[in-house]
Amino acid sequence: MDPLEAIKATFFQECDELLADLESGLLELENGSGDIETVNAVFRAVHSVKGGAGAFGLEPLVRFAHVFETTLDAMRSGALATEPAAVKVMLRAADVLADHVSAARGQGVVDEAASARLAAELKALCSGEAPPGADEEIVIVDEALDDDGFGDFDFTPVLVEIEEPAPAGWRVTFKPSRAMYAKANETALLLRELERLGPCKTTLHTDDLPDFDAVDPEEAYFTWSIEVQTDQGEAAVREVFEFVEDDCVITVDPPVADAMSLPDLPTLETLEDEAQPRAAAAETLDVGMDVQALLQRAQAAVAEVNAVAAPVASAKPAATPAPAPAAAALHADAGDAKSAAAGTTIRVDLERVDRLIDLVGELVINQAMLAQRVAESGLARSSTVSVGLEDLEHLTREIQDSVMAIRAQPVKSVFQRMPRLVREVAAMVEKQVRLTTEGENTEVDKTVIERLSDPITHMIRNAIDHGVEKPATRIAAGKPAEGTVKLCALHRSGRIVIEVSDDGAGINRERVKQIAMDKGLIAADATLTDEETDNLIFLPGFSTATVVSDISGRGVGMDVVRRQVQALGGRISITSVPGKGSTFTLSLPLTLAVLDGMVVGVSGHTLVTPLTAIIETLQPKPQEVRLLGPSGAVLAVRDSYVPLVDVAAVLGYRQEPTDWTKGVVLLVESEVGGRAALLVDAIQGQRQVVIKSLEANYQRVEGIAAATILGDGRVALILDVDALISVRRKDARRPAASPQRLPLAS
Amino acid sequence: MSKTVLTVDDSRTMRDMLMLTLKNAGYRVVQAVDGAHGLEVLAGETADIIITDINMPRLDGFGFIEGVRQDPRHRATPILVLTTESDGEKKTRARNAGATGWIVKPFNPDKLVDAVRRVAA
Repeated sequence: MDPLEAIKATFFQECDELLADLESGLLELENGSGDIETVNAVFRAVHSVKGGAGAFGLEPLVRFAHVFETTLDAMRSGALATEPAAVKVMLRAADVLADHVSAARGQGVVDEAASARLAAELKALCSGEAPPGADEEIVIVDEALDDDGFGDFDFTPVLVEIEEPAPAGWRVTFKPSRAMYAKANETALLLRELERLGPCKTTLHTDDLPDFDAVDPEEAYFTWSIEVQTDQGEAAVREVFEFVEDDCVITVDPPVADAMSLPDLPTLETLEDEAQPRAAAAETLDVGMDVQALLQRAQAAVAEVNAVAAPVASAKPAATPAPAPAAAALHADAGDAKSAAAGTTIRVDLERVDRLIDLVGELVINQAMLAQRVAESGLARSSTVSVGLEDLEHLTREIQDSVMAIRAQPVKSVFQRMPRLVREVAAMVEKQVRLTTEGENTEVDKTVIERLSDPITHMIRNAIDHGVEKPATRIAAGKPAEGTVKLCALHRSGRIVIEVSDDGAGINRERVKQIAMDKGLIAADATLTDEETDNLIFLPGFSTATVVSDISGRGVGMDVVRRQVQALGGRISITSVPGKGSTFTLSLPLTLAVLDGMVVGVSGHTLVTPLTAIIETLQPKPQEVRLLGPSGAVLAVRDSYVPLVDVAAVLGYRQEPTDWTKGVVLLVESEVGGRAALLVDAIQGQRQVVIKSLEANYQRVEGIAAATILGDGRVALILDVDALISVRRKDARRPAASPQRLPLAS
Repeated sequence: MSKTVLTVDDSRTMRDMLMLTLKNAGYRVVQAVDGAHGLEVLAGETADIIITDINMPRLDGFGFIEGVRQDPRHRATPILVLTTESDGEKKTRARNAGATGWIVKPFNPDKLVDAVRRVAA
């Protein structure tokens, strides 16, 4: 990749981080937990966006960032109070800034009117005026580019300053001060720079040099006069001295007719003149003298002064006692701070981590194989080999956990995008909504995080659009006008659980049922529990909005959300209390790479059932099994009946009906379809397995979530418990459908 | 031997830009992410030229420059300040802290190298 393109990619990456910092900083300011350092951080974020954008010539972004930055600067300097009204404007400005960044990236477009309006609001904040009305015509001029020195990047001052008629050259006198040298400026370099404009004739005046005894090595004693032959203007000459103009006396005049008769500088000597006054004086007056030689001499003089200055400076610590300890203190501070921040993190290419994870996966498989071989060889469990193998297993698991922890990231990055979504959606549907988040530091695998964003976005949109009521309705119902949507993440039994809850009206079950019936999703006389009714909204083709709204509409319903979640090995469910609100619960595995599973045998095949889905295992007794219809059966488990699923039949391993009492039953629970009893032939053990995608390596198979490689090297399929249950339900509805034969036979 | 430039900037983009530009111009580049880190790097590295941002967390550019100037080894090391703000006040403050010159962001590569050359022997 073109290095500049690579940097641009870095810039956009950095922008994402800066925008996130910006938003969280502003939110802190909004809820009052921020301080001046927060304001500084927020300012820096916008400032850095602007700086980078400028480097890439992203002008609209620079322009908006500049206005934003100016307002933040006012806040930083205390001219603008960090009051909620101002912060709210800034939050919206942050959104627009994010839009500008996206647009600069080539993703989406900026609503120019909204951008201009916000820029005007920001300016109004600064000036303390009332913001202009929405209908007022607002034109953002290229002010940012004109007034702040940004002109430098579309024109070069050297070029614009061509004066007519250009004189043949300039006569420059230059007398540096002590301060100029203290800032590490060098006369020699300035002279060298001046020479780039044209040939120079340089003269050194040492009149002010005192007797050697009185010389202060840090003092500036010399004056230079330079005749430069150039067609460049005065500004070009002055630009050479741009950095030092405050620390020297400088005059730039048109050349006099006789270049060498400098009336204001009658006595000219070089440093060497001290030793050889006559010869040097003659040299100085030599009109044809080589400028280069003079320059070298000037450099030599400077070097000499420096050479004197350096040892003196280092030899007199007593004269400047303060700096050293102060510097040491600074270093110490820096050290402490570093160990707290910079030193504790490193940036690693994700590919390397993925490679490591793959390798650890192989290690786990290999270790399992080894264990199996050892078991087959008939070694006693107490043998040293077996004991050593157990240690290896512990270590392998620890390595695996540690590697997984590398990939684990807090869900914060996803949560941070939500406040904006809430603001936008709420404004669009004219509702007042406050978002509260909890557990944003909950960690989960990076790949899971990346794919969390869409489902969460959908659930929040849904909660605002369908859950939270309009302010008037809420007040009438005795609730505060502002609705609350809560986004919460937590770890629960090896999974991450994300909850999106609202305090809205809850699901209108009668209406949901009616719609489902109208759309033919359920039979007209179906009797459904509240839970089943609520879950109807996840059915494909179900949309409660009579008019597809801008918000939740977009052609995607909750069925898509469910599919996305299931693709991650997750579950989604909903609970709702009429009048009090609804809660969507999404649970996902912490990682997509390993899984604790129960290895079972089914019709000669080895399958893996995710351990998290299993509640208990039991041996069905004849009296507990009740046949239901031609092929169905239920199992009495304590006080209730659960559907009995013959796994072999559903997966098509076996056609003939089975004896329900032969084999073992896994009582599983899915978060969507309730409980079921899976009938398998035998349980082989509990094992951690490495998940290999079936879709990526073969194709999607109904009822199967993924595959894994067992210790003996064979491929085993991992059951998708939810899908198995719904396959069974479909079969119950359509008994004629023949079970699909699985393509993978051993 | 090529000269060493220490760049101090909290923005990764800027650091990368400086790195690219200066490397192409034949300089060796050492990086620091903020003023405090910059001083730390200087404790173990010799830099011929220093380029620093102003707005940085932990220790800003002004503090950093003062810190550098207090170190006898770096009294005469040229320091260029990166600034988007061309207003005189910032430059004056930077110069008062001991900066040698400044580069107005955004810079084009030629301007940057120009400025570095202008202050470096």
